[in-house]
Amino acid sequence: MRGKGHRLAAAGSAALIASSVLAGCGSGDGGITINVYKYPQQNFQKIVDNCNERADGYEIVYHKLPREADGQREQMVRRLAAGDDDMDVLALDVTWTAELAEAGWIREFTGSTKAQVEDGTLETPLETARYEGKLYGAPDNTNVQLLWYRGDLVPTPPTTWSEMIEMGTRLEEDGDDKTPGRVAAQGKQYEGLVVLYNTLVNTAGGQVLDDGGSKAVIDDGAVEALEVLKQFATSKVVDPSFSNAAEDDARLAMETGKAAFQLNWPYVYAAAQAVPDLAPNLKWAPFPSIDGGPAKVTVGGINYGVSAFSRHPDESFDAVTCLRSAEHQKFAAINDGVPPTIESVYDDPEMAKPYPMKEAILETLKNASVRPRTPAYQNVSTVISTVLSPPADIDPRPTADRLRAELQDALDSKGVLP
Amino acid sequence: MDAEPGATGPGPAEPEPSSRAKAALSEGKKAERRLGLLLCAPAILIMAAVAGWPIIYSVWLSLQRYDLKFPDRTEFVGLDNYVTVLTNPYWWNAMWVTILITVVSVAVELVLGMALALIMHRTLVGRGIVRTSTLIPYGIVTVVAAFSWRYAWTPGTGYLAETIAGGEPVLTQKIPAIMVVTLAEIWKTTPFMALLLMAGLALVPDDLLKAAAMDGASAWQRFTKVMVPVMKPAILVALLFRTLDAFRIFDNLFVLTAGSQGTSSVSMLTYNNLIKGLNLGIGSTMSVLIFVAVAIIAFVFVKLFGTAAPGGDGGGRR
Repeated sequence: MRGKGHRLAAAGSAALIASSVLAGCGSGDGGITINVYKYPQQNFQKIVDNCNERADGYEIVYHKLPREADGQREQMVRRLAAGDDDMDVLALDVTWTAELAEAGWIREFTGSTKAQVEDGTLETPLETARYEGKLYGAPDNTNVQLLWYRGDLVPTPPTTWSEMIEMGTRLEEDGDDKTPGRVAAQGKQYEGLVVLYNTLVNTAGGQVLDDGGSKAVIDDGAVEALEVLKQFATSKVVDPSFSNAAEDDARLAMETGKAAFQLNWPYVYAAAQAVPDLAPNLKWAPFPSIDGGPAKVTVGGINYGVSAFSRHPDESFDAVTCLRSAEHQKFAAINDGVPPTIESVYDDPEMAKPYPMKEAILETLKNASVRPRTPAYQNVSTVISTVLSPPADIDPRPTADRLRAELQDALDSKGVLP
Repeated sequence: MDAEPGATGPGPAEPEPSSRAKAALSEGKKAERRLGLLLCAPAILIMAAVAGWPIIYSVWLSLQRYDLKFPDRTEFVGLDNYVTVLTNPYWWNAMWVTILITVVSVAVELVLGMALALIMHRTLVGRGIVRTSTLIPYGIVTVVAAFSWRYAWTPGTGYLAETIAGGEPVLTQKIPAIMVVTLAEIWKTTPFMALLLMAGLALVPDDLLKAAAMDGASAWQRFTKVMVPVMKPAILVALLFRTLDAFRIFDNLFVLTAGSQGTSSVSMLTYNNLIKGLNLGIGSTMSVLIFVAVAIIAFVFVKLFGTAAPGGDGGGRR
């Protein structure tokens, strides 16, 4: 009798739990939600709100991804691999196109959507959204690094790496305690170091992978880039936390008065406006080269992709068109400092005041280089950042040999990722 | 169900009655058995599904070339992945790092934990406060604690980096980084060790200690000759738990170095290959190898040292 009563109670509570779980699964109202996953961009919510006002029959919701690229990719690929249909629009780093397209996780842009994306968009960013001749992304913003320097300490900006190191050393030695000569850059074991290395390799006229992206090359140019990196990392002017610094660390080093130079993306300009001590003195110049010619800076940026598992592809493509419209690219450029991908936006008179470095960016973009294009890019990048880290320990020739062997393994999906 | 009388203890009393009872099972007993099995069945099924299936599946995956980036290139490769992993320097580096962290942290934790346990056991004043404050590190979420360690060791923002390390970025250098990770691990789990050891201390009868003192044993002799032997089962259980835990170290490392500069543990390396690299074949091979290593550790402790298996009757019998 007692046992029976217990069993009944147990069955009853189990049923209760089951029904409440099931109720939790149902969607509330009938409206369509387009989930956008993007890195934390300060004023992006305003763009989303703006698009929602015009959206016909759906609502965009902005979900923030981690701040660093590796973390963003990890979350997205993990969920895409599981066929998560709650992700619709994905803000993809320009290097992920090949991988996600090859795995069949993002949709191709076709027909009128494709035409709309290609219309007026700069060629270099568009190139990063293509894989095997098809368009898989809509460029939202592009990015190239510039050399930022303290105009009050440095009258004429350096044009080469050795010149920059020399100027920094002199500032450090001649100035009083409060005069920094340091150079802040990204030397942590992550994508930022790969970007720096790729820029140096391309500037030196070298190659990491062959054009097909299936063979590791590491030629003389790539070795020269290793030499420059080593020289910089062991010089007196490198920030002490260089081998652990990401973009924001470099920005903070300058904002707190610890650096006279920084190699960074243009977002630092918008960020510096909040620092009254620095804002009027923050100047920019083209990225330093190796022997005087123009530097071939690595192009960065974000393309919007539409998940292959999205339940609302049409609405997603529509949302993408709105999120990356010329108007919103201008808004993002002015408020968040990210360079637009639509050329006409650069000519807008409103851009001049908040975005004075637009000419330098456009010019750098014309000479820009892309990172190796292969579905195994993540592995390639991990191998490069591991082998080069910490940069002060680079030994050019042996490091190059190791890089070549490990990259080839990574491309054949045979090797162990460090 | 009626509880068995506990006076004789479930251990030695069991074999006799159960072998004879087989013939004499009443209808009621049989029904009770069936009900027992029925009640256990869901748990067994769930265990098989959540623990058994993933293991079998990862063994199956480890025998294939299976890279999510190249879905068309999937094929059965036999033991190739094991050869790749077991001949790879990254894997062995991670293995040594893991073993180093495990051995050092567990050894230090045992000593510190024992000291803490003795203090907590003996404190006469403010017992509650002493115990609570000792347990605080264990109560903090590992990732949160790891973040505060990371900031503390980052030059510029961190007090430890500025004072102890003299502004050096210790987390970017292999050996110092491993030391910091081990330190964070010790700080975090010593209280757990102390808790388990304190339970063991409670087993030591006061009479025994008094008798030893009467016989002229010094405090150290009482500790080594009386307390430790009586506590042995508790010590071994504590060591087993902590060794298994430390061997699978992940969260501390993930936050502190994310495995950079060759500080990956085997779990970190597996994560990198499986989640970051999307290489299911190689990643599964690594998880199978970790599974085997953990099984060996447990086997050594249970069979050779006579640690009571978790869920056993705690006798520490050989």
